[in-house]
Amino acid sequence: MIRHATIEKHSILLLVLILIVVAIGGLVQITPLFYLESTIEKVQGMRPYTPLELAGRNIYVREGCYNCHSQMIRSLRDEVERYGPYSLAAESMYDHPFQWGSKRTGPDLARVGGRYSDEWHVEHMNDPRALVPESVMPGYPFLAKTPLDTAQIADDLRANRAVGVPYTDEMIEAAVADAHAQADPQAAGAEALQARYPKSQARDFDGNPAMVSDLDALIAYLQMLGTLVDFGVYKPEENLR
Amino acid sequence: MTMSNNHGGNSAMSYPVGVALAGGTLLGLFLMARAVDPVMAFHGFLFLAFCVGGIFLLIRQHYAPAPTVGAGMTYNDAITRAGVIISMFWGVVGFLAGLAIALQLAFPALNLDLPWTNFGRLRPVHTSAVIFAFGGNVLLATSFHVVQRTCRARLAGEIAPWFVLWGYNLFIVIAASGYVLGVTQSKEYAEPEWYADLWLTLVWVVYLLVFLATLWRRREPHIYVANWFYLAFIVTVAMLHIVNNLAVPVSWAGTKSYSLFAGVQDALTQWWYGHNAVGFFLTAGFLGIMYYFVPKQADRPVYSYRLSIVHFWSLIFLYIWAGPHHLHYTALPQWAQTLGMTFSIMLWMPSWGGMINGLMTLSGAWDKLRTDPVLRMLVVSVAFYGMSTFEGPVMSIRAVNSLSHYTDWTVGHVHSGALGWVAFVSFGALYALTPILWRRQRLYSLQLVSAHFWIASIGIVLYITAMWVSGILQGLMWRAYDSLGFLEYSFVETVAAMHPFYVIRALGGALFVAGALIMAYNLWRTVRGDLRSEALPAARPSPAAVPAE
Repeated sequence: MIRHATIEKHSILLLVLILIVVAIGGLVQITPLFYLESTIEKVQGMRPYTPLELAGRNIYVREGCYNCHSQMIRSLRDEVERYGPYSLAAESMYDHPFQWGSKRTGPDLARVGGRYSDEWHVEHMNDPRALVPESVMPGYPFLAKTPLDTAQIADDLRANRAVGVPYTDEMIEAAVADAHAQADPQAAGAEALQARYPKSQARDFDGNPAMVSDLDALIAYLQMLGTLVDFGVYKPEENLR
Repeated sequence: MTMSNNHGGNSAMSYPVGVALAGGTLLGLFLMARAVDPVMAFHGFLFLAFCVGGIFLLIRQHYAPAPTVGAGMTYNDAITRAGVIISMFWGVVGFLAGLAIALQLAFPALNLDLPWTNFGRLRPVHTSAVIFAFGGNVLLATSFHVVQRTCRARLAGEIAPWFVLWGYNLFIVIAASGYVLGVTQSKEYAEPEWYADLWLTLVWVVYLLVFLATLWRRREPHIYVANWFYLAFIVTVAMLHIVNNLAVPVSWAGTKSYSLFAGVQDALTQWWYGHNAVGFFLTAGFLGIMYYFVPKQADRPVYSYRLSIVHFWSLIFLYIWAGPHHLHYTALPQWAQTLGMTFSIMLWMPSWGGMINGLMTLSGAWDKLRTDPVLRMLVVSVAFYGMSTFEGPVMSIRAVNSLSHYTDWTVGHVHSGALGWVAFVSFGALYALTPILWRRQRLYSLQLVSAHFWIASIGIVLYITAMWVSGILQGLMWRAYDSLGFLEYSFVETVAAMHPFYVIRALGGALFVAGALIMAYNLWRTVRGDLRSEALPAARPSPAAVPAE
């Protein structure tokens, strides 16, 4: 057996042994997640985010919403009753990065889509305590006043494709048009948007037809969260892990 | 204190470094001109200012008179002195940021509802400022000090260590200003965007080389145990940082990137990183501090050499598996959760082995706790280390975690480790280093150290007890059912119940900040060379000098 004194006298040996010892855990735990087919359930309905939803998601990230809101309903009775069906791995398969969160200063948002009206969200973002007096959430009145910057949105889709999200050339080409079409129900491209992104909701989310704002994008994102997978037809026993 | 004092005229590295800095200046200009978003332009400007500052320092060093070579080797203490000052500065900034966001949770109007002041953007400023700015600079400063003293060799390189120190702090400034301006990857404790991550990688590689090259110069046959921990910290943090930050930028002149991994794989990679930021940044690195400063301050040898070896290898092997305990009952496959929990529980053993090794080092010198408040701070830090490494494995058990997760209990647990262990051991090390580095007889005031100790300790106790109560209360309220089988509380009722505890927590935080301000004052007076006239507690003669009875 190698004496420890030998290791203590050779810095490179010490370095190499450290690297080997600290690499093992991650290799055993993380790498199988990339090839075990059971890691991500087979579900119907998952699709990439629309350009407007993706922009809203980026605002969610920018403002640090994940610091107080999880998007991961655990498989516990009270959580399923409070928030809806427990979250599936498949539901965040296009999330770069994931937004599962680690703290619930506010409630879980994994299935917040459709729970509240757009008007509620507009009021709530503007002044949370006007609607929920006990809330400790900051107000985001600036979102409604900030025009959404869509100049880079096609590049955003392209970068997502580079990391594995199945955006097509057609989706990337139409990204800016799709973003505007989703926030303006009168726009011409609403049908094409629906064809490219099934179950996408197109309307004037922030109630201000004069401008597509950051708030339009954020509400579009919140209103689709947890709505893609149809749990009426999902069979958990087919996805036992 | 000037940098050039210890630089010594010309160095062979001056010219290539000068060329690299000139290239960096051009890169900064390019980013300012071609940036696709204003934050990238601002960060290009910061980078340019950094490079111009570096060129200025190089030129000043070039024309500085070569130092007279004294008898024998001199340590590079100038860099450690700079590290001590920077650490203290970031400590106060980070604690204040924490106090600010604690008050925001108690009194939400303090968010001001502006993009730059809301909780969501300021919370990463707090976590990065305390972990990476305060903790990181303490680790840089102490590792540079310890590796020189235990190798009896001068720190390798004249420019490289300064590049590491200033480069690391440039990373901090880019990261923190980015959060405030809305630039984040949203991965906890890995929020800086791709370009800041690349820069840190470069700085970190140079750090590793400086550390290794100093080990190669050692005039001791053995590498001292503190240096094993520092080395494991440097190497493992490099591995974690690189893998967890793999991302594809949207544009080479823009701030935004998308993580290479998605969903469940991204989650486990993140918590593999996140838990080992605790394990290797906040534990292994600071255990290096413990293994040098506790024996030094107690004037006793480390309790057990064999325990050091077992402690070291078992700690670094087991820690890396613990990440999945952050993802219990989630969409992570259960086999991974079970592995994470199992290793987290096993981790209790090396953690307590290390604590015992640290505490038992005081064998025969326990009376010094009465007379030396610096040693008291170090020893209490090790006790807090034992407490939070007991609590951690308990919380990693799935059944316990189902209650504690997503609540303030986690926040309280982190702070018992961060305030009680990391900050206290750092305070002890900074108190011990300052008189040595500035060649002072002693600290300005030991009574102020004692005051700092008590005020901060009371602050910690208020903090963690408030978070235990609020966390367990909220966890129980979430799962409470009424007699008809319905959930008893709406979510917002559980939020309202948190208010008194958030006020108590903020009070605890305020005490902790007050202690740090006392410390900053004490260190400043020490650096100035002042001595407060105070009755010093009489130390008993060293037990080694007393014959056995």
